[in-house]
Parts: sequence; C-alpha cells; structure tokens
Amino acid sequence: MTAVFSIFLLTLLVITALGIVRTRNLFVAVMLLGIFSLLIAINFFILDAADVALTEAAVGAGISTVLFLGALALTSERERLGTRHRWLSLAVVASATLVVLYATFDKPRFGDPNAPVHQHVAPWYLEKTPEYIDIPNVVTAVLGSFRGYDTLGEVFVVFTAGIGVLFLLSARRHGAAHRPPGERDPSGIGLREHVIPRVVGRLLVPFILLFGLYVQFHGEYGPGGGFQAGALIAAAFILYALVEGEDRTLAAVPQSWLNALMVGGALLYGAVGLAGIALGSNFLDYSVLAANPVAGQQLGIILIEAGVGMTVTGTLLSIFHAFAARDRA
Amino acid sequence: MMELILDLASWVLLSAGGVFVLIGGIGALRMPNLYTRMHAASVTDTMGAALVLTGVMLQAGLSLATIKLAAILLFLLITSPTASYALANAALLAGIKPDAGHAADEGTES
Repeated sequence: MTAVFSIFLLTLLVITALGIVRTRNLFVAVMLLGIFSLLIAINFFILDAADVALTEAAVGAGISTVLFLGALALTSERERLGTRHRWLSLAVVASATLVVLYATFDKPRFGDPNAPVHQHVAPWYLEKTPEYIDIPNVVTAVLGSFRGYDTLGEVFVVFTAGIGVLFLLSARRHGAAHRPPGERDPSGIGLREHVIPRVVGRLLVPFILLFGLYVQFHGEYGPGGGFQAGALIAAAFILYALVEGEDRTLAAVPQSWLNALMVGGALLYGAVGLAGIALGSNFLDYSVLAANPVAGQQLGIILIEAGVGMTVTGTLLSIFHAFAARDRA
Repeated sequence: MMELILDLASWVLLSAGGVFVLIGGIGALRMPNLYTRMHAASVTDTMGAALVLTGVMLQAGLSLATIKLAAILLFLLITSPTASYALANAALLAGIKPDAGHAADEGTES
C-alpha cells in the first residue's frame, strides 16, 4: 500500500517537474515549485524521514516561495525565449541521464537491509546514541554531535549566502532613504487597510512563533531542530511584514538585530566548538562541557541548535527585507 | 463493538471527505472563471479537510494526536477562508470582474 502511494506521489512529482520546465510564466513556475516541495516532503515522510520532511516543507514550500516571489517582483514575470545552444544542452542532459540510469543498475534494491548505507556507520549511530547522548531523536544526535562538523559547515553556508545576498541587494539602500517624509509609500504598509487578513494574520503570528520555539527546543525528542525552527520563526515575521508592512516589522526587529542574530548564531556554534578545545578535548567534542559526558553532549546539542536557529532566522529575514527594500527603492 | 462503530464512523467520514475533495477538484477544473473556480475549490478546504481530519481523529482515539489534529482543523478553518478572501480581493483589485463569465480569465493562461 505504501509502495502504491509512493509511486503515485513520485508520478505527481515528475508531472510537476515537467510543468515547471514547460511553463514560460515564472509566477506559475514558482507556485509549481512550492507544490513540488510539498510532494517531496510527503515522500520523505513516507520514508520515515520526518526531520527532512519538516525542513523541506518549511524551507522549500514556505520560505523559498516567498523569496522567489520577492525576486519576481524585481524582474519580469515571463521567461525570456530561446537560448542558442539548445542542441548542446539537450546533448548534455541526455548523456547525464544515461549515466544516472546506468548507475542505478548497481543500486541496492529499495529497502534492502544489506545495502551499504545500512551497514556502514548507521548501526553504530543507532547503537551508541542512547549510551553517549541519551536523546530519543537519533537524527538530532547525528546532526548535532556525531556529524557536528558537517552542520557547522551548513550554518556557514547559510551565513555566507546571507552575506552574499545582502552585498548584492542592499547597494541601493541609500537612495531609498532620501524619499521625502511626506510621501506615503503604498507598498510599505502591507495589507494594513484590509481588515480580515490583518486580524487573522496578527492572530496567527504568536502561534507560529510558539510553534517555531517548540520545534527548536523539541528537536532532541521529536522531528525538529534549528533549521526548521529558524524557517518557521522567519515565516512568522514575514507574515507580520505582509499584513502590517515592512516598516513596522523593521521597527519591531531592526536590521541590526537580524545581523546580530546571523553573526551571533555562527559565532555561538564556533564558540561551543572552541570551548571543547579549551576544556581539553577536541573541536566540537561536547562531552567535556559538563561534569557528566552525557549531560555535556546534551548541553552542546542544545547550544549549537540554538546557534543554527539564530543564524537561519537572521539570514532568511535579512534576505526577505533586502528583496523588499530593493523592490521599493 | 464500540471499536467497530468508531471504525465504521471514521471510514464514512474519510470517504465523504474524499468525495468532497474530488468534487472540489473537478469544480476547480471545470468552472468557467476564477471566482467560481475558487468557490468550488473552497469545498476542499472546508468540508473536505474537516471530514478527513474528524475521521482521522476517530482513528487516533483520545490521545495527544487528536489534540494536534483538532489544532490543525482549527488552524485550517481560520486560515482557508482568509486565504480565499485575500485571493478574491486581489483578483478584484487586479480588475477581474466577477460576472464576466468565460471572458474574465481569457489571456491569463492558468
């Protein structure tokens, strides 16, 4: 039954992908990308990867769509026609497809317990997590502790992306500041004049924030963690910006705070790593953070997850504000 | 006995929810313009979602899952009409007339 459902969803996924490629209307493509993300999130969930599903749904279907729409507001809604090297592209895609198809012949069968991926380090993680870290969600243990270096890298990728976008988009910020004070900017007030979205939006923001914090701090016990929580908290502020306007959102959480969050999260993660060295062990070894190694691991994971959440929230909101400010400039 | 009744009730609710979702889908495809299509699709958000979620709640019994499902239902019942309102309002501001039949959407391929 699950297999039938998976095949159904994967078929829908292929249809959506074809739709994204075929359409010339970029707005339609963005909406289809959101649907694509939701479909793949359901697929992840069927495969019992609830953490990845949550991330895909929050980032792929939620925040990415908003950022794409922000980008579309700056450009045209229609794709430009025709590239000259169509045959070359087709040849590249066709040969890549053939290579991938050839590679799948060596793949183990779906769900095969003897597959290398189930024989390598995964059994060790499953066996040792209760002993070393003692938290129910092994995914968080792997992500935060066993593979802490990888996650540190991911945080710095997010951080670097944020810096890059800010450098590219905030160049004209000074021009926008010269707007005469009397002139009212129609796009800056959001939906403040529309009662229903405003009331409902304001009602939902605190609950989304609460859910974001729950996902942040429940990551050791269930699906969740810094990446998902960061996306959810950013989504709450983006909703606030949509219903109340950019100005009020920036008045509530100024850009300097967002920059501090962005930098502070990455710094916190790095500092936890260095604390391991200072207390006489290796970089990112949390066992020495407390008298009891297991408690130390748990403390370390909570701290680095907080760092991840801070950086993701700060970066996503900064990018959103950068797009919005550019739109008005 | 009690379990059988609950199972039956939940399957009736789930099937009815499925039918409403199907009706919503067909309507969204076949209706002539944006507003009527939205009207059809709203069946999915309200009756479809409510029936399916109530059916799943009966399956889950008295547990934390039921409370979470109830929260999702409440969330949907508040957000879907708001989203519909915002969509219709945006369409109206964009100049699509409600009573223009087929002509309203022409040229704006899906």
